[in-house]
Amino acid sequence: MYIVCCIKQVPDTTQVKIDPVTGTLVREGVPFIMNPFDTHALEESLRIKDRYGLLRVVAISMGPPDTEVTLRKTISLGADEAVLLSDRAFGGADTLATSIVLAEAIKRLAEQEEVALVLCGRQTIDGDTAQVGPGIATRLGYSQLTMVDRIEGIDLPARKVRVRRKLEGRHEIVEAPLPAMISVLREVNTPRYPTVPMRLMAEDTAVVLWDNKVLKLDEETIGLKGSATQVRRIFSPERAKGEILGDGIGNPEEAAHLLLDKLIERDIISL
Amino acid sequence: MLPSIMLFAVVFVAAIALFGWSCFKRFRLVALGRAENRCDNVGKRIWSMLLYPFTQLCTITWRYPFGFNHAVLFWCFIVLLIANAEFLLNGLFPAYISISYLPDGAYFTLAFIFDIVSIIALLAVLLAVIRRLAFPPANIVARSRDAFVILSLIAGLMIAFFGMHASHIAHGTERAAAYMPVSSLVAGWFSGVSAEGLVVSAGVFWWIHAIVLLSFLNYLPYSKHIHILTAIPSCFVRSLEKINSQTREEFKKGNVFGVGQVERFTWKDLLDSYSCTECGRCSDVCPATFTGKPLNPRLVIHDIKANLLKNGPLVASNREAVLPLIGGDVEGSISEEVIWECTTCGACVEVCPVFIEHFPKIIDMRRDLVEMHARFPEELLGFFENMEQRSNPWGIAPAERTKWAAEIDVKPFEAGKTEYLFFVGCAGAFDARNRRTTLALAKILDAAGVSWGILGKDELCCGDSLRRLGNEFVFERIVKENIKMFTERGVNKIISHCPHCYSTLKNDYDQYDVELEVIHHTELINNLIGEGKLNLDRAEDLGKMVFHDSCYLGRHNDIYEAPRKALVSAIGHAPTEMKRHHKIGFCCGAGGGRMWMKNRVGKRIDMARVEEALKEDPETICVCCPYCMTMFVDGLKDENADDRVQVLDLAEIVVRALK
Repeated sequence: MYIVCCIKQVPDTTQVKIDPVTGTLVREGVPFIMNPFDTHALEESLRIKDRYGLLRVVAISMGPPDTEVTLRKTISLGADEAVLLSDRAFGGADTLATSIVLAEAIKRLAEQEEVALVLCGRQTIDGDTAQVGPGIATRLGYSQLTMVDRIEGIDLPARKVRVRRKLEGRHEIVEAPLPAMISVLREVNTPRYPTVPMRLMAEDTAVVLWDNKVLKLDEETIGLKGSATQVRRIFSPERAKGEILGDGIGNPEEAAHLLLDKLIERDIISL
Repeated sequence: MLPSIMLFAVVFVAAIALFGWSCFKRFRLVALGRAENRCDNVGKRIWSMLLYPFTQLCTITWRYPFGFNHAVLFWCFIVLLIANAEFLLNGLFPAYISISYLPDGAYFTLAFIFDIVSIIALLAVLLAVIRRLAFPPANIVARSRDAFVILSLIAGLMIAFFGMHASHIAHGTERAAAYMPVSSLVAGWFSGVSAEGLVVSAGVFWWIHAIVLLSFLNYLPYSKHIHILTAIPSCFVRSLEKINSQTREEFKKGNVFGVGQVERFTWKDLLDSYSCTECGRCSDVCPATFTGKPLNPRLVIHDIKANLLKNGPLVASNREAVLPLIGGDVEGSISEEVIWECTTCGACVEVCPVFIEHFPKIIDMRRDLVEMHARFPEELLGFFENMEQRSNPWGIAPAERTKWAAEIDVKPFEAGKTEYLFFVGCAGAFDARNRRTTLALAKILDAAGVSWGILGKDELCCGDSLRRLGNEFVFERIVKENIKMFTERGVNKIISHCPHCYSTLKNDYDQYDVELEVIHHTELINNLIGEGKLNLDRAEDLGKMVFHDSCYLGRHNDIYEAPRKALVSAIGHAPTEMKRHHKIGFCCGAGGGRMWMKNRVGKRIDMARVEEALKEDPETICVCCPYCMTMFVDGLKDENADDRVQVLDLAEIVVRALK
């Protein structure tokens, strides 16, 4: 049985700047990383495999060819297989078009071997929509379990999964039939670190490439053409310029006074 | 009762055979270790093998005055080695070998020397027993059975020696009697004994002497006193260079990394475990031991030995080892907590009389934990990820590396246009407090007309903490990237104000075929002052100042005087020394990657060091390392002393003295 873990390679957002002229992301020289939420999804997939055995973890990602680097990392962490969905036709996709491609890929995987679970990170740090996971579940007709901070248990023979969802001010324990899509929060676990033998092994492991010749999706439903939304403009909201007060003051009392004076001066508080 | 030659020959041959077999069994295990070349530079090695043991320079230091007793025993041992060899050979070939066959002059001289040396040895043993019983030093297991067995055997040997010679003297058969004052004195006690009685007592003492001597020989391989056999060879195979870097690993599929089983150590590491006499000097100077943490370097070496003795014979016969080297809490197994406590300050190596290399073994075991098992304290996960993703410990965006220079004019490094690369380092670039040191040094460099530039956002971490934490894989990746950049940009002269960057670029990068001339700012400032390039007035009065030695500057790179001399120029007088300074200077607690780890057990090392500094009642503490800076600033805060004591880097003091 498969656990499919969806991975996205994202730019290290702390290093991304917006080109003020074109209104697009300046990606040049910006390093790519595995979407931090996805590292937790991968870790959870591996833990499920460690706990229940008999499962194979397959990491899939849609992205440009260099996404292979990130997929290789999933292998160094313990994923059994990695599939890269890469085709010019997939480019420029919004969450709808992305979920169509990923769902199709998962369908193909399910033809090889039963898919028990699809794990996703809650959201990506570049798009921040949290829609792709639910989109996949919807298109595949899988149970949809979002905002999960703990997997309570899986009953494979009964094809059931029980998870804890973190909602505002409360938790909810939900049981759902398999196959299910689970999107996890960062609290769900602490991701592992790759061992060197695993890293070396991953360097030699082939990442499977599936393009649209394999998936055979209607080009009108994927990529830019298949996207229901289009980005018109990206900009940083104007922000009042901050100020650093008393840089390096060691004495907390002195620092507090400085801050108080400033707040009073700006009429934010009054005596 | 004359010694029966045949009987003695049988006893002798059996004892020697047993000793040989014991040695074979022990040293065969050493051969299980990985290969390592310790036979280069033979001349120097022979010299150190003669110098350290025979002058006992290794055991006599001001810090350990009792080492003098060891020196006395050592010299007695060397002299009595001749006496006992003669004794054994005489027992086997009485008709051919005896010093009494020598002419009177030579015989009397030797008899006198042996007599006097024997009483000195007996007194030294007595002193050692009294010390262990009455004033047991805290850093050793003073009342160990092993110690008393050995001391008793030596004492027994001396007593038998006197008993035997006194019997001969009382019997009137010793022609050197007049030259054997102690034996003659003892002979006085035998005055009432008949002639036959004296013959019997001479024989009995002879046999006691023989049995004790052969027992001593056979006890050696099974006790910590095996060091008698290994200490001198240890001086031959010692590291001829300062131990300030670790060996490289080959990252090839199928290889094993680090040391997870005892036989993964090198033969030198295993020999080290035999050379340890449990003198406890390493524990005495270890900052972790001092602050009540589970790490005690003496026990690490002891556990390696215990593990080797347990697993070695199994491994040698291709069977499974039964005792884990790492992770168990029994003798012969080293817990993970112990392995993570080390600051790699190197004090243990510095004081070890037999040149044992403690902390490199700990780093080897860290490599096993990190590289083979990805097992380490949780806070290191973020550290490792940050290093891999953003090449700095905090995971701050590289663009912020130049933030410190926002208000001054700093040139980028360009070969031909700038002479030195100022390698700012992660702490110097990102840490608010240490940025002030960076700025001060920039001002000094400009004032002295030094041509320098920076790499700015392209600068990467040097990788020091990665290497000391055992993450050699990522370390190597960073080193290669750095070297590629240095080569592309034509960097070959580097200034650093961080002893960790300095030592890593200088000593660790050296293993990667790159020619770098690295200079620490303390040396550079001192040189610039010496060359008259810095025009200094007296700095404003900073009050009483103590100086703290950074481990990676002092112990690891022998830079002790440059900062002190520069201070004299800047403040007009030498700084006050703390109780522990120079070679036994006490670590601030941040080395070896401990900077990025929590204090879990015992007192914080930085607080222990701050307390020591506060005993001198200073107003200023001078440091030369950004980690030491952070540790002292934190420590002073938690000791509630930050309002009366300030910490300044040497550069910040010198910049105040600039005209």
